[in-house]
Amino acid sequence: MKRALRGTVLPILLLAAWESASHAHLVDPRILPPLELVAHTAVYQVTDEGLLRNLAASLLRDMAGFTLGTLAGIAIGTILGLSRIADRLFMPSFNGLRQIAILAWVPLISIWFGVGEAAKIVFIMAAALIPVVLNTYEGMRGASTQLVEVARTLTFTRWQLVTRLYLPSALPSIATGVHLALIYAWVANVGSEYFMTIGPGIGGLIIAGRERFQMDLVMLGILILGLVGFLINRGASAIEARLLRWRPV
Amino acid sequence: MARQGHLQIDRVSKQFRVSGAPLHVLDAVDLSVAPGEFLTIVGASGCGKSTLLRLIAGLDTAFQGNVILDGQRVTAPSLDRGLVFQEPRLFPWLTVAQNVALGLLNAGLGKAARDRAVSEHIVLVGLDGFQDAYPHQLSGGMAQRAAIARGLVNRPGVLLLDEPLGALDALTRARLQDELQRIWAAEGITMLLVTHDVEEAVYLGDRVVVMAPRPGRIAAVFDVPHPRPRDRSSPALAGLRDQVLAALEATTSGPPPTGMVHIASRPALAEQVFLPAE
Repeated sequence: MKRALRGTVLPILLLAAWESASHAHLVDPRILPPLELVAHTAVYQVTDEGLLRNLAASLLRDMAGFTLGTLAGIAIGTILGLSRIADRLFMPSFNGLRQIAILAWVPLISIWFGVGEAAKIVFIMAAALIPVVLNTYEGMRGASTQLVEVARTLTFTRWQLVTRLYLPSALPSIATGVHLALIYAWVANVGSEYFMTIGPGIGGLIIAGRERFQMDLVMLGILILGLVGFLINRGASAIEARLLRWRPV
Repeated sequence: MARQGHLQIDRVSKQFRVSGAPLHVLDAVDLSVAPGEFLTIVGASGCGKSTLLRLIAGLDTAFQGNVILDGQRVTAPSLDRGLVFQEPRLFPWLTVAQNVALGLLNAGLGKAARDRAVSEHIVLVGLDGFQDAYPHQLSGGMAQRAAIARGLVNRPGVLLLDEPLGALDALTRARLQDELQRIWAAEGITMLLVTHDVEEAVYLGDRVVVMAPRPGRIAAVFDVPHPRPRDRSSPALAGLRDQVLAALEATTSGPPPTGMVHIASRPALAEQVFLPAE
């Protein structure tokens, strides 16, 4: 509790500095609008401009891309980690491809999939996929050969070996990958809203604010993005701790 | 029904390749184990005793000769042959009960029968009350009890024990030796225990097999006719222990350098060889 409070000290100080700078006219309020204006805009956006609908659209798209990317990532990482042939055939290419910055794919994806929801989801999926594949792969590789021997003496089938030994023993590593995927997916989601501006979403709000030179709207958008990112991270840590409670602390 | 667990080892040989050169790990090992017998195997490291157990378990099938259990040639692992390793090797993400239940995963039992067998065997190894504990919450001795329960839960005809008590402290080891003996008597199964502890081998075995290294082979077999329950400190048992120890020493008194190094790398064995008196 005390630690949680300590974590809020810096944000509160920053907000206070922002507020006083704006009121003391140290900064042009048009560049840095005061907090109450941002709050007022927030209320107005919620009541009259459908902010919550935009937020829901962003979150839904994020979850869709994240879920597809994570599931595909676990499947691909499992196959690469357990099959020597798949590893030799595909791992070098995968390692090459992942060196390309995720944003570099935007032009290609928008030509292949347009600039609508489908393209955005593909982009988010690609961002989520990479850390999950890598961490699942590493987790599978790290399975204990001693436990594999136990599984053999207990006559595990191939399927039992994967579901009862390799997947659970890779779980801590997979969880790390999924956690990263959550963060990357949210970043990619914002990126997709910036670069493919058609459709609802918080990113569109920020772009609109910039175009109309409404910094209160921009600030509101940024605060929401940050807050959602923070909550996603918190949620992921809690789920991880629950899933991995068998581990010694 | 005839008693199960008759094991026949028929001229079993095994070579490894170590940097191109063949290394004879086992050379024409012949051994017959009666159903319900408690057989213990001692030997210096490198004598192939653990390898022999792995061949019987079916973990390694690249060898010459035959391993035959109740008339069937061993070609793969089977639930008829339980194996307990030196380390407990529990699945860390499963509780004790779930770990023990792994032994029944492919036994084709219904859920009720499975649950009953699991809790019976948890009681049998004295882990009652710990079924929901995770392995990292257990002491070494408790973890090894769970591993023994996992090996036994399917009621195999043969239980193979590869130095299962080697890593435990003296007090826990003595207690688990008695538990093993009690379980063996209760279940009536064939047990093969590999150990580097001569006293343990003599205390537990109906027969003690002494193996010699390079190539791994049987050097001597001792009968232990003493009735159970046995007294660890009885002079008769101590006399037999000294005989086994002498036979064991003879196996390693060939060309000294390598042999001596290997014994010294096993502190417990070094102690017994050089300081036989208690």
